[in-house]
Amino acid sequence: MIATLGRFSLWLALAITVYGAFVSILGARRRQPAMIESGQGAVVSVFGLSTFAILLMEAGLVGHDFSLQYVARNASLDTPLFYTIIALWGALEGSILLWVWLLALMTLLTVMLERKRQRELIPYATAVLLCISAFFLLLVAFPANPFTTMFPAPPDGRGPNPLLQNHPLMAVHPPGLYAGYVGWSIPYAFGIAALITGRLGEGWIRTVRRWSIVSWVFLTVGIIVGGRWSYEVLGWGGYWAWDPVENASLLPWLTGTAFLHSIMIQERRKMLKFWNVALIIITFALTIFGTFLTRSGILSSVHAFSDSAVGPLFLVFIGLILLTSFSLLVYRSDKLQAEGDIDSLVSRESAFLMNNLLLLGFAFAVLLGTLFPLLSEAVRGVKVSVGEPFFNAVNVPIGLGLIFLMAIGPLIAWRHASLESLRRTFTMPLCLTIPGAGICWFLGVRGVYPLLAFALSLFAAITVIQEFVSGAMTRRRKTGEGYVTALSKLTSRGRRRYGGLIVHLGVALVVVGITASSVFKLEQEVTLKKGESFQLGRYQVRFDELSAWQEPHRFVVQGSFTVFNSNHKVAEMRPAKRFYPSEQQPIGTVDVRSTAREDLYLVLSSFAQDGTTATVKALVRPLMMWIWFGGWVMVLGSLIAIWPDRRRALAADQVEERMAWQPGRS
Amino acid sequence: MVATLGYLIVGGIREAAVYYITPTELKEKGPATTDRAFRLGGMVVNGTRRWDPQTLKLTFRLSDGKEQVAVEYVGSPPDLFKEGSGAIVEGKYVNSLFHADTIMAKHSEEYRPPEKGQASAKDHYRTLVKPPATQP
Repeated sequence: MIATLGRFSLWLALAITVYGAFVSILGARRRQPAMIESGQGAVVSVFGLSTFAILLMEAGLVGHDFSLQYVARNASLDTPLFYTIIALWGALEGSILLWVWLLALMTLLTVMLERKRQRELIPYATAVLLCISAFFLLLVAFPANPFTTMFPAPPDGRGPNPLLQNHPLMAVHPPGLYAGYVGWSIPYAFGIAALITGRLGEGWIRTVRRWSIVSWVFLTVGIIVGGRWSYEVLGWGGYWAWDPVENASLLPWLTGTAFLHSIMIQERRKMLKFWNVALIIITFALTIFGTFLTRSGILSSVHAFSDSAVGPLFLVFIGLILLTSFSLLVYRSDKLQAEGDIDSLVSRESAFLMNNLLLLGFAFAVLLGTLFPLLSEAVRGVKVSVGEPFFNAVNVPIGLGLIFLMAIGPLIAWRHASLESLRRTFTMPLCLTIPGAGICWFLGVRGVYPLLAFALSLFAAITVIQEFVSGAMTRRRKTGEGYVTALSKLTSRGRRRYGGLIVHLGVALVVVGITASSVFKLEQEVTLKKGESFQLGRYQVRFDELSAWQEPHRFVVQGSFTVFNSNHKVAEMRPAKRFYPSEQQPIGTVDVRSTAREDLYLVLSSFAQDGTTATVKALVRPLMMWIWFGGWVMVLGSLIAIWPDRRRALAADQVEERMAWQPGRS
Repeated sequence: MVATLGYLIVGGIREAAVYYITPTELKEKGPATTDRAFRLGGMVVNGTRRWDPQTLKLTFRLSDGKEQVAVEYVGSPPDLFKEGSGAIVEGKYVNSLFHADTIMAKHSEEYRPPEKGQASAKDHYRTLVKPPATQP
């Protein structure tokens, strides 16, 4: 029943997307409002049908309908309800279904919000979005159908991959990342619509800007939460391994960040129009490419790739996107001429240009490092791996350059910055940064990269704070408001600028956290008898006992440790190993004690069967929490930047409404 | 600037690429391999795995059917690591001993349908820790 309904709704949705895309374009060409509206109706139906399909899938999971192959593989009678529900995105078919639904939702929101403001572009944007939906619906309707059945139905399922049912963050990480990926379809759709219609003025840029920041926020949340999950679940003490799956999420983030900056040059100086459209296309293509990398099986080996039709279909789709988009871009290149030029090397636009160059270089290095093993195996037949040393060697210097630009970019003037204004802006931050770097040296920071990382982050943070303080002071002097009122009004009057500065502050915090936690990391692995202890950094860790018990869906072996800091008991920690019946290997559960100063991280790596000894791996990672905290500051800043300004939005709407082309109703 | 970026990236990949080789290939290369890290893949030879919980020193031999290489590692063996199954180690080969920094045990992702034996799998786990199970 579920299978039939599910399959039927996906097929129907696929047919409707094709119809909707077709009728929208035709309606726009012939100026037939009824056809355009029918295309928008298709968007509503696709959303309805995909919602129905998701609900059916959830009904199958929660109702333990093991005749569905997906349910049999990703749910079991013993799995707790929460992890049964989120098993929807535990494997390929379900996660593409989630993708379809998110895209349908965002398409619907786009049509609802932009229908009146972007009358000329919306039919084409709708058509592009429906075409993207059609591709993903094609995947779930045929090669990756989540409603495939099994006969005979097994009495119980295998349950989700234990790594995915070990931590609640799994409820946030994939949907966040997917929303970030899917979100970039909207700027892309408007970009293509603008290229098709030749309406490459400022109108589409404004729409695209907000949607790009929204997608950027989701992607940022997805990446941070993914790092956190990796840190708390995988048990190696790190949060980022330059794994291809991680790199796939970083790539569109990097090019998207480049776009968010270069778009400002276009708004201000009417330059880089061609480049901006190209960046949107690249970012969108990278979101699809990321899904391809993670979902086609190509990563395990080049040869595993053609086992399913999913991989080749993705490649064809990416090829189509790049070919049609760049052909359109070249076709319209005469309308994308810059109306201005760079006046001086010391100007905001030149800082932004360098930022773009570095971000793209960063992205290229990540892409090359990710693909090199595949290319090497495919072309030369030599198996090779490219790991952390490559990514660090290339990306650390690029990253340091980016932080430097991040500190100075927002503060130097457009067009041409005078020596006098540079002196006024940067005297104070420099005067504070130099002693700050001295303190770092005094505290034992050696090595050029770590010192530069701390000094540049400090420099960036001070410039942000200086901007806020001096802005608020000026405002206070003019209006006589209190400090707090002046600060909050300052922020709300220039949300984009001040939101952006807060994002930069968040980045500085993240960089400090990354540097401190990797440079000053302590790590030790020891085997302890009951009652024995060992010293790591400031901590003494004592092994108390080993206990074990059966839970409904797993068996748990847990070590109890008491942690002392100079003879004061500070914590009891209980790292464990969990054994799942369907898995060949146990899953470790780490225990982390986090403070603003440092994290203590314990992993139970092995134990004696009689419970008398345990081997424990311990790590001390300073300022780890700053990474997560900085991440949330980044999210906060971007939310401030996109928070709708009700008055202004309303006024703009009314003006655009009056000016818009009024369709005659027949 | 672009040239600097290009140099960084190309030079970096040349420096950092780690090649996969088999024990036979490693023996053929001999001393030429000492200064570079490699990934060595093979089967863990039965009866060669020794692990001392006190020093955490793990030694075993990896074989590709023709040649064998002695491997040394400091740390706990990964959960999937066992004799007779595949493993990949990364490290350097010095004086006929492979000093591994990392061990990756091969994980098979095959779907195994739940069978009658499943209940006994749970029972098997109960024997992992001998003292009567206690719940804190």
